[in-house]
Amino acid sequence: MTTKEGGGRRRHVLETLFWKAGSLFVIVYALFPVAWIASLSLKPAAHLNDGRFFPREVSLEHYRRIFQDVQFPAALRNSIGIASLSTVFSVALAMFAAYAIVRLRFRGRRVILGGALSIAMFPPIAVIGPLFNLWRTVGLFDTWMGLVLPYMTFTLPLAIWTLTAYFREIPWELEKAARVDGATPFQAFRHVIVPLAAPGVFTAAILVFIFAWNDFLFATALTSTNAARTVPAAVAFFTGSSRFELPTGSISAASVVVTLPLVVVILLFQRRIISGLTAGAVKG
Amino acid sequence: MKRSSQSRPRRLGRSAEERLGWLLSAPAVLAMLVVTAYPVMNAVWLSLFRYDLRFPDRRAFVGLRNYASVLTSGIWWESVLNTLIITVGSVSVELVLGMGLALLMHRAVFARRTVRASVLVPYGIITVVAALAWKFAFDPVTGFVNPLLRVDQAWLSQRWSAFAVIILTEIWKTTPFMALLLLAGLTLVPRDLLDAARVDGASTPQRFLRITLPLMKPAVLVALLFRTLDAFRIFDTVFIQTRGAQGTETVSVVGYNALITRLNLGLGSAVSVLIFLCVLGIAVLYVMGFGARLAREGEEA
Repeated sequence: MTTKEGGGRRRHVLETLFWKAGSLFVIVYALFPVAWIASLSLKPAAHLNDGRFFPREVSLEHYRRIFQDVQFPAALRNSIGIASLSTVFSVALAMFAAYAIVRLRFRGRRVILGGALSIAMFPPIAVIGPLFNLWRTVGLFDTWMGLVLPYMTFTLPLAIWTLTAYFREIPWELEKAARVDGATPFQAFRHVIVPLAAPGVFTAAILVFIFAWNDFLFATALTSTNAARTVPAAVAFFTGSSRFELPTGSISAASVVVTLPLVVVILLFQRRIISGLTAGAVKG
Repeated sequence: MKRSSQSRPRRLGRSAEERLGWLLSAPAVLAMLVVTAYPVMNAVWLSLFRYDLRFPDRRAFVGLRNYASVLTSGIWWESVLNTLIITVGSVSVELVLGMGLALLMHRAVFARRTVRASVLVPYGIITVVAALAWKFAFDPVTGFVNPLLRVDQAWLSQRWSAFAVIILTEIWKTTPFMALLLLAGLTLVPRDLLDAARVDGASTPQRFLRITLPLMKPAVLVALLFRTLDAFRIFDTVFIQTRGAQGTETVSVVGYNALITRLNLGLGSAVSVLIFLCVLGIAVLYVMGFGARLAREGEEA
């Protein structure tokens, strides 16, 4: 009995150690490039070529420079505005569709879900040409709406699938119970349904925002000036302050500025995001 | 699984319900169609013309000549090969790594929240930023990889080392997503089944191979399908790291160069349509190959 216990305990310790080491490895794996780019952004320009991982001395010159230039603040504004608009529109439309799919029985239900899935697998490159042409004709080229519309389209499937999965779990009869207890339809909706639906809506919003914030192809193809160029496109075409200087430092500083808020958001809402991403897979 | 409390608004008659359903879904459906159905049809239409935006007056109907040009072009077939190399290279590694990561996230109790949050960082980070980070890491001048490995390799200037960097970046960025999809499948494996097997004396690898993996097959196939389609469409990383030079051009980069860089809407549209057909083909192959088996196994279960 004692030997088995001892052996079992040793195996348990080894296992725990194994999982702990694994967890540590995962954390390093995930944050490694972020740390590297942060390190680059803090290196003074003269030391950018020293090939070391950690900076020898720390300098904020790159950060100062990108905010003095007109490109980066404009790109930030564009990104925030466009991503926010896309999120609001996409989630609003998806909410109605998801509500209909979950609560009403109509013949198009499966078609819509299936169609949404096929759009999610769509190669965006296939629509870039016509959109480029069309937007130029209609005057949407290099505008905010010119990007909001494609972002809506390509995030609607994700939003619809996420919201459908969440809405399926809502006990809708609670609304009726509240009304039986004397609440008006509006009160019932606001105090019973909204709190239950809020997490799903919030999760869908985060996922949509990340997509719109992240996109590079549409942002590059459908914009050309600071009027609508978002951060990914702007960063890719950053020029150094002089023709002979590598823009590495500026690019790194810009990257840190757009990544750090995201890391904070992820740390705060990781459970939501994960459940949203897996909701479609498990419950769908 | 379906709650009996799917209480539909009882007051509505059948056809009124249908109408309301369509009414509520219509805006979303419209938004999805306008930016996909119309441009795709437009792309097919444009692909039948010789249409260069730099010489708009020389536009002319040429039928399938653009397709012939593309399909006999070495550049196109090389890009297909490149895309397949990157796809197979990244997805295969991601599957293995992702499975390991999923198991870790499933079982680990140490710093669980930090691990899960960390895993999301590669998913949420802008692809351009990730591509740049790895590009700078492998850069012979500013990077730390060359000093670390004590080599003097110009990684992104040669074809195969460039592939290595691109594939590494892709693996880094999307393994977490694969892991999340697999994790969802892992949670469906009944704990008691595994416990019973352990009591019966099955070792850990046996339990994994004989119980966990087979029960996870649907999740694995879904994850594989999504990731393969995603990988085939790769654009950001390749564009940022090599612009498609050194023989690393993928199909999307070819399309982009034709359409946006050279403004050749005719040829570019033909490339776009071909890419669309490729993606469709992959999806159909998957569904035909695995879908039938999934349906059969679903019935057997």
